[in-house]
Amino acid sequence: MAVAVIDSGGANVGSVRQALKRAGAETVLTQAPGVIKTASHVVLPGVGTAQAAMSTLKQAGLVSVIQGLTQPVLGVCLGLQLLFDASEEGLTPTPCLGIIPGSIKALRASPGLRLPHMGWNQLQWTTQEPIAQALSGDEWFYFVHSFAAVGDHPSLVARCQHGQSFAAVVRHNNFVACQFHPEKSATAGASLIEGFLRT
Amino acid sequence: MVAVRIIPCLDVKDGQVVKGVRFKDHRVMGDIVDLASRYRDHSADELVFYDITASPEKRSVDLKWIERVADAIDIPFCVAGGIRSVADARAVLRAGADKVSINSPALANPTLIDEMVDALGSQCVVVGVDSIEDNGQWWVRQNTGHPEAMTNPNRLTLDWVSEAQSRGAGEIVLNCMDADGVRSGYDIQQLKAVRAACRVPLIASGGAGQAQHFIDVFQQADVDGALAATIFHANTLPIPSLKQHLAKAAVHVRPTGF
Repeated sequence: MAVAVIDSGGANVGSVRQALKRAGAETVLTQAPGVIKTASHVVLPGVGTAQAAMSTLKQAGLVSVIQGLTQPVLGVCLGLQLLFDASEEGLTPTPCLGIIPGSIKALRASPGLRLPHMGWNQLQWTTQEPIAQALSGDEWFYFVHSFAAVGDHPSLVARCQHGQSFAAVVRHNNFVACQFHPEKSATAGASLIEGFLRT
Repeated sequence: MVAVRIIPCLDVKDGQVVKGVRFKDHRVMGDIVDLASRYRDHSADELVFYDITASPEKRSVDLKWIERVADAIDIPFCVAGGIRSVADARAVLRAGADKVSINSPALANPTLIDEMVDALGSQCVVVGVDSIEDNGQWWVRQNTGHPEAMTNPNRLTLDWVSEAQSRGAGEIVLNCMDADGVRSGYDIQQLKAVRAACRVPLIASGGAGQAQHFIDVFQQADVDGALAATIFHANTLPIPSLKQHLAKAAVHVRPTGF
C-alpha cells in the first residue's frame, strides 16, 4: 500500500509520515500529480497559514489534481481547512480547494478563553464514520489551531467545543479530514490512521 | 472542554537527560528516548526538551536527537535552547518538533518573535520567560542557563509577557526562578498576576514537589499546563497517579489510557 503525502510546505509532514509508517503503510512525500493520482490513499497535511499552503499547491499545479481525486483522502489540521471553499485567515479571505462547501473562520475570542485552542479535547460524534469504527467515542485528541469550520456543516461527523462548536472531523464523499492532529494523539490517533488505511 | 496539560521537562545534554538544582551540578537521569517513551505511555500531554548546552555554548540545537524522539513518540513536543533564528526554528520543526521555545534570543531581539510567527505560525512559537522577584516586583533574567553568564535585561516580567503576546507568541512558559528546584510549590501569586495579563495559553514552571502543588496551580492560578522535571524523572510522582489526584480535585485532565 503506497500512501502519497502531499508536500504542502508545512512542518508536520515528518510526523504524519512517521505515524503512517507505524500503522504499516509505505509513504512517499510528493508534489508529483502522477504519484498522487495513482496512490491507494492520499494525505493532505498542513501546518502554517492557508495562504502559504494554497500558494504552494497552486505553484505545484495540484489544485485540480486534488479536486479530482477518487481514492480515500485524509486532510489533517490545515489540510481540513484547505478542503473548504475559503478561509478568512489572512488580510483578505483566501480561496481554498472548494471541495467541501462552506468557509473557515477564526475561533471567536471571549473572556477566559485561550487562543490558540491548544491541547487535548474530546469529540462528540454525530454520524457513523468508517475511519472511527474502532473508537468508543470517549477518546481525546490533540488540537492546535485558531481557525476552524465553526458551527454545523453538512459534512460534519464529529464536533468539538472551544468557546463555540466547530467541526473536528468532516466527511465529503471520499474526503475525510480532522482538525486535530491524529499523528500526535497517541493511541487514539493511531487508531484513526489505521481506520483510514482500512478504507 | 480542553484538558489542562501535564508536561515533563527533559533537560538534554550530550543526548542524555540530566537534571541540576538551580541549573548546576547536572546528574544523568536517563536516555532521552527511553524517558520520552515512558512519559508517552504514562499519558504525559506534551513534552519539553531543553538543550541546556546549546545556548551557553552559542551553538544551534542538535537535530539528531529531535529526529530520534519524533520517530519514537506520538504526542506533541517542544524544543528549547539554542534557537536563535527563523532558520533554526524551521529546522527543529522539520526534524519533528511541534513547537519551538525561545527565551534569551527573544530578549536580545524581540522582533525575532514576529519573524518566527510570520514564517511558522503563532501556534508553534512559545516564549519562555525566566522571572525572579526583586524589591517587590518580578523581573526577567536572561542567559539563565549558565550562572556566570546570567544577565539582567531590566525588564518587568509583566511588561515582557504582554509584549511577547502582542508580537504573536502562541504560548508563554513562565519559569519562576525563586521556586525552581526547591519543590515547595509553584509561585501562585506570580502566576496569577501573569495569568491576568495573558490571553494565550500559560504554562507554569518551577517548584512542583507533590500532587497538591499541581492542584493548587490549576485551581488558583488558572494556568493551562504545568511543567515539572525531577518529580517525574525520579518517579516520585508518576503521571497516572498525579492525574488521578487532579481528577479527584475536579481538575479537567485527560485520563491515563486515552
